[in-house]
Amino acid sequence: MNNIVILPIVIPFLTGALLVLFPKYVMIQRLLSVLSFLAVMGTAVHLLQQVGGEGIQILNLGGWEAPFGIVLVADTFSLLLVITSCIVALGCLIYSFQSIEWERERFYYYAFIQFLITGVNGSFLTGDIFNLFVFFEVMLLASYVLLSLGGLKKQLRAGIMYVLINIVSSMLFIVAVAYLYAVTGTLNMAHLSVRVAEAGQPDLLTAIALLFLVIFAVKSALLFFYWLPESYSAPPTAISALFAGLLTKVGVYAIFRMFTLIFYHEPGITHSVIAWMAGLTMILGSIGAVAYGNIQKVLAYNIVIAIGFIVIGIAVFQEAALTGAIYYLIHDMVVKTLLFLLGGAMVGLVGTYQLKEMSGMIRNHPYLGWMFFIASFALVGVPPLSGFFGKLLVLQGTLETQFYVLGVIGLLSSLAVLYSTMKIFMNGFWGENQLSKEDEKTSTHGLLLPCTLLICVSLFLGIGVEWVNPYVAAAASDLMNPAVYIEAVLGPA
Amino acid sequence: MAFVIGIFFSIGTYLILTKSLLRIILGTSIIGHGALLLLLTMGGLKQGGAPLLGAEAAPYADPLPQALILTAIVINFGTTAFFLVLAYRAYQEFKSDDMKKLRGPEHE
Repeated sequence: MNNIVILPIVIPFLTGALLVLFPKYVMIQRLLSVLSFLAVMGTAVHLLQQVGGEGIQILNLGGWEAPFGIVLVADTFSLLLVITSCIVALGCLIYSFQSIEWERERFYYYAFIQFLITGVNGSFLTGDIFNLFVFFEVMLLASYVLLSLGGLKKQLRAGIMYVLINIVSSMLFIVAVAYLYAVTGTLNMAHLSVRVAEAGQPDLLTAIALLFLVIFAVKSALLFFYWLPESYSAPPTAISALFAGLLTKVGVYAIFRMFTLIFYHEPGITHSVIAWMAGLTMILGSIGAVAYGNIQKVLAYNIVIAIGFIVIGIAVFQEAALTGAIYYLIHDMVVKTLLFLLGGAMVGLVGTYQLKEMSGMIRNHPYLGWMFFIASFALVGVPPLSGFFGKLLVLQGTLETQFYVLGVIGLLSSLAVLYSTMKIFMNGFWGENQLSKEDEKTSTHGLLLPCTLLICVSLFLGIGVEWVNPYVAAAASDLMNPAVYIEAVLGPA
Repeated sequence: MAFVIGIFFSIGTYLILTKSLLRIILGTSIIGHGALLLLLTMGGLKQGGAPLLGAEAAPYADPLPQALILTAIVINFGTTAFFLVLAYRAYQEFKSDDMKKLRGPEHE
């Protein structure tokens, strides 16, 4: 029992509730939002150290013992993701101080960012599958509002599609939970793991596992990513960057958790389906990223490629690959947000999304250009930047387990990532400078600070592998040994 | 119950596939009810006493599905309300609730 475990959920929730009360005082709102994220990050780091010393920390809510009540579980994997999501959210928050119009700021923008983070952190920390559904809904409802806040035509159009697809997949989530409860009689993840292991995962449970896979694949844009490019390019930059960094990654987290903790007995069926989905996602995402000439679309398809790549780690189901996948997941959350923010700054300067209509920006904005360059190299995985280590481990894993095709697709998709980001860089920054200082639509004043913050984190992840790796390796080894998780939640068997 | 749930799901799916936005929202709502009924049925429609301390009964009914459904109903209500407002806003903006007209011209 450790009461601190609930703080990463409660702090943003209470802050959000407080912020709803006085929407007009923008400065106080900004200050409180930043403080709340810093506090969450502090508690998460503290918890991470406790987990390192004393093992997985749990909290039985309301004092109900584990299989009966709802339990919050903080292990290394979830805490790493909580910390990363705070960094990402902080970056987007500081970016939005300058870039979000005051109309949005006064209509509960900051409050809904807090609620979004409540949902995200809750999904990472919960140890109960229905509670996971609830936190997913908290997160999604906040994201519906953020997506359509402002009511532009583009946003409404994308919003309707996004809301519809998520409502349908949430309904399927309820259906899957109902089936699972009927078969196993429990919803606590650790208890589920025990029950499924006792039953040896018969075909019925495998079918339920595949239903869960479909649901989380829709949420994480794995293979079913039709909704993603449209809806992520509709809202203002800060919001779409936040979505890019966090929302799909929560779905990926759920896939990781479900298929390492509960449904790991039939890898021949479930994990090979995941492998197929990962491969197809990378191929289709690459095609999209190469084909479009619109910055936001290109970046959105890059999210899709990364999702496919991360999921390889779970498809090959081997400790080294899983370590790599977690590393890449953390790196991708940071760098993808960074790229969206930088892309948004470029779009803000030129006033158009089309690559053809921009060129030569490096003359007036060298700093922006080089940051974009470094970020895209980090994304591709050029050593010593942050993507390299994760990619190396994942590819090593595919070779050791003879998933050669998946490894090759992963490598080729890196080329597509390189091509598509360099396309943006060359079109945007090279060539004749057509844009004089006076013609610029907005300034980059105040936008570069959060980008610098995120790029420092990315560099730290790349150069500081030695410091970060023990935590990531511990997270992966916990995932590979469900017994550790079960013992922490249910007590020694 | 299985038939009722099946009918709910098929009506909901049909409505979601229609053109009118309002029907789509009704469809999600109906599918939602189907899913909740499924949750109730899957929890087992048992005969039993109320699961309260002091209610003397040999078998108690399982309270968990009802707690889950209550939560899910609230969430369902919230999302449906939001979706309706979004649809109304879209109707004001586009002067139509026809999904084909909502798709807009910007498909490169």
